[in-house]
Amino acid sequence: MKLIVNGQALESQARTLSELMTELGHTGNWFATAINSEFVPGSERNEVRLSEGDRVEILTPRQGG
Amino acid sequence: MPLTVYGTELSSRLLLGTAQYPSPAILSEAAKSSGASVVTVSLRREGIQGETGGRFWSLVRELGLRVLPNTAGCHTVKEAVTTAKMAREVFGTNWIKLEVIGHHDTLQPDVFGLVEAARILTEDGFAVFPYTTEDLVVGERLIEAGCEVLMPWCAPIGSAKGPVNLDALRAYRAHFPDTSLIVDAGLGRPSHAAAVMELGFDGVLLNTAVAKAGNPAAMAIAFAQAVEAGHAAYGAGILEPRDMAVPSTPVIGKAVFS
Repeated sequence: MKLIVNGQALESQARTLSELMTELGHTGNWFATAINSEFVPGSERNEVRLSEGDRVEILTPRQGG
Repeated sequence: MPLTVYGTELSSRLLLGTAQYPSPAILSEAAKSSGASVVTVSLRREGIQGETGGRFWSLVRELGLRVLPNTAGCHTVKEAVTTAKMAREVFGTNWIKLEVIGHHDTLQPDVFGLVEAARILTEDGFAVFPYTTEDLVVGERLIEAGCEVLMPWCAPIGSAKGPVNLDALRAYRAHFPDTSLIVDAGLGRPSHAAAVMELGFDGVLLNTAVAKAGNPAAMAIAFAQAVEAGHAAYGAGILEPRDMAVPSTPVIGKAVFS
């Protein structure tokens, strides 16, 4: 299925957000996720199923003012 | 008396940003030198390997300071609210420096979106630190929305101009005597920080002036001293300017030689 992850088109086999995180190698606890502009808590990533064309954002800590 | 925000007592009135330092080591050194009790951080997209954010987060945690995540770069209420929720999970704090940017060039806040986002977030349990202008009515709306802290700019972000409208900041302090007020954005040098603290502001939040200094750690110390000096001066009662010269040495008892 085709997804847009952090602005990049991506072909993925993942069925859930949790599987996508594993597929991308994001295994730490310093990530926050959103699908189609809606926040998805880490505790819900196992249940949230992905759909064709979903826009996924994976954000992590960065320098800020 | 220490600055208290949202029930938390801060050991310093200087809040420091973590961006634009020459290296992580220099950031760490500057943060420690500043004596700041709060550092601001942000969220950005992670790369494919997923390591960048983890390394930075480890560095920040080693500092042992309270973090204030921001919503920098958000131009809509929706973006800001979603980013705030993501930040709350990652950083483990309900504090959020709320930015809703209204203009690409000036980085001026969209105060209408700001008030709306502040209301949504405070109802969701956030402690909102709104980046705003010195507009009094907007400040009132933010307080009505649940904000216990207001953070007016003193000049555009990163401009280093210092307080361009001291009268407006003075009026702001007078209008909100019981609200914690932190000047956020536009400070360029320690004397700017001292000037706003002398007006009675409760703290300053700055980043670029330290990060882009020739020696960030030394500049962090200079700012910390200026903040303390300005605060102490305000507490001591500052002499207002006078139109005429007034001799400081007693006139009575002066010798007459002619």
